[in-house]
Amino acid sequence: MSAIVRARRLGKRYRRRWALQSCTLEIPAGRVTGLVGPNGAGKTTLLHLMVGILTPSVGTIEVCGGRPAADSSQLAKVGFVAQDTPTYAGLTVADHLRLGAHLNPRWDAPAARRRIDRLGLDPHHKAGHLSGGQRAQLALTLGLAKRPELLILDEPVASLDPLARREFLQVLMEAVAEDEISVLLSSHVVSDLERVCDHLVVLTDSQVRVSGDVDQLLTTHHRLSGPHREPSTLPADQHVVWSSHTDRQSTYVVRTESPVLDPSWSVTALGLEDLVLAYLDETAAEVPASPGLEVLR
Amino acid sequence: MIWLTWRQSRTQLIAVFGLVAAACAWLAVTGPALARLARRNDDVYDLLTSNDRLLFNGGIAVLAVAPAVIGIFWGAPLVARELEAGTYRLAWNQSVTRGRWLTVKLGFAVLATAAAVGILAAAITWWARPLDGVTGTQHGSLASRLTPISFAMRGIVPVGYAVFALLLATLVGLVLRRSLPAMAVALAIYVFIQIAVPLWVRPHLVPASSTTTVISRATLDGIGLDESGTITITTHVAPGAWILSNRTVDANGGAVSLPSWFSQCLPPPPTTGQAGDGAVVQDPGKGTLDACLARLTREGYRQQLVYQPRQHFWPLQLAETGLYLGASGVLAALSFWWTRRRLT
Repeated sequence: MSAIVRARRLGKRYRRRWALQSCTLEIPAGRVTGLVGPNGAGKTTLLHLMVGILTPSVGTIEVCGGRPAADSSQLAKVGFVAQDTPTYAGLTVADHLRLGAHLNPRWDAPAARRRIDRLGLDPHHKAGHLSGGQRAQLALTLGLAKRPELLILDEPVASLDPLARREFLQVLMEAVAEDEISVLLSSHVVSDLERVCDHLVVLTDSQVRVSGDVDQLLTTHHRLSGPHREPSTLPADQHVVWSSHTDRQSTYVVRTESPVLDPSWSVTALGLEDLVLAYLDETAAEVPASPGLEVLR
Repeated sequence: MIWLTWRQSRTQLIAVFGLVAAACAWLAVTGPALARLARRNDDVYDLLTSNDRLLFNGGIAVLAVAPAVIGIFWGAPLVARELEAGTYRLAWNQSVTRGRWLTVKLGFAVLATAAAVGILAAAITWWARPLDGVTGTQHGSLASRLTPISFAMRGIVPVGYAVFALLLATLVGLVLRRSLPAMAVALAIYVFIQIAVPLWVRPHLVPASSTTTVISRATLDGIGLDESGTITITTHVAPGAWILSNRTVDANGGAVSLPSWFSQCLPPPPTTGQAGDGAVVQDPGKGTLDACLARLTREGYRQQLVYQPRQHFWPLQLAETGLYLGASGVLAALSFWWTRRRLT
């Protein structure tokens, strides 16, 4: 698996506050990778470091084999659709396409034109008057027509209504199928990613909690429930991701390569959302909460 | 990048050059009339109505702020608006580096501002030529082109001011990341510098001339009486000069106030009711005035003048423009540094 993004002990500090700290991760090439994490986990900071809007305070980051935004050829390799999909309010849709054509050597003008036509956007419409969904589509068109090797999208659907969300992701998937580019998109809504991603990275407190192929993640994670049991009594190849206990019952989310054979457990498969939530709920991971507290929760 | 910059500043360009064209048209219409007036009579001043004078001085004052207004209104939003609206995230991810992005943006703005203000200043310099420093028979006069306000709107310094204001506002906008506060802060700094330079810097850009004259009826310009009862004397210097200091010195060359006998010696002012309010008393009655001045001269009093003669107009223009352009260069370098290193 070749990596299109490699970060090593990456950190970003704003004055005295660390927005991202000792983050090490790899994003595989040729995949659609979802980056999930709670708000404030450092997703936007990480993505801005990848596109070179920010420079690291410590550590290194390499994207498409080069330092982000080092020169114009490096910039041409990476497309970026920023959060809230910024566009120039005073410029028309056609102006945005001309902007892209003037500023990008690999610009695919016919494809951009086709995409705008298919979306039903009026080229003479000012970007400031577009709806949120249309603006997001325009920003996506700019990112795709640049013909990047890697397209990065920061919470692209966060501000869209469900219908616009579905349309946006559909257009994105069609484009990925056509152009065979790597895509990295962040979201705090797992259900959005579930539809489109085949690789997943979960980031909490700027640490990669889990990173892997979606199908593989789903087959190696199980929810076990049964009579109360201490974590120390579980087999060594079952890694506890999440646990919850009452006096009588224990529920675990475990990661294991081998099948769970213990008859005392009732084993259920996890959806991607539950899987991610299990990783995000840090309080339940290592130390099982005391029964008294459990009742309060 | 050039296309985008042009597209983004199209409206501003049309507005600024439209206003410049309108101002030029107005100057072109009124200019020949002034020139005719000047040819017909050496004392243009006496032919002008007080309305004309008001228009002349008011116009000069209004036009003196043009470089600041154009520069600051163009510069402050130049980068700040992209930071405010978040569009920098779009712009910085096209296949154009940040440095080049800023180079083109700044270069375009500098050229446009310099051209607009250059045209305006050239037009005003041409238009005001017959009027600059005109003296009337009543000793009244219009501002010479070396006096601070006129100087600021003649020749080439306005271009320096405009470029400086533009780069100052751009840098402040970069640092504050907000257009409106950037305009206010840049304007405050600019106004301070515009007051400080004529007061403390410009007089020393080119070594000033200095002369000491005997005080007599031929050289006397006026005798003034301020509120505290101190009498001061001013004398003439070559027309068109910018007088930096005009003071009475004693035999040893030190600045002094006039001796106490002088006020008794003076004849009463010829016009009544105006002497006490500090106005310059012009053309005092003959006779004893000569005697008073002669006694001053006998006791060793002289009038010392420090001034920039009219010939220094262009050297001063060049020096001050250089000063402002040099400062602009420093501001531009800071803007690049800030964009590359601090906006990350």
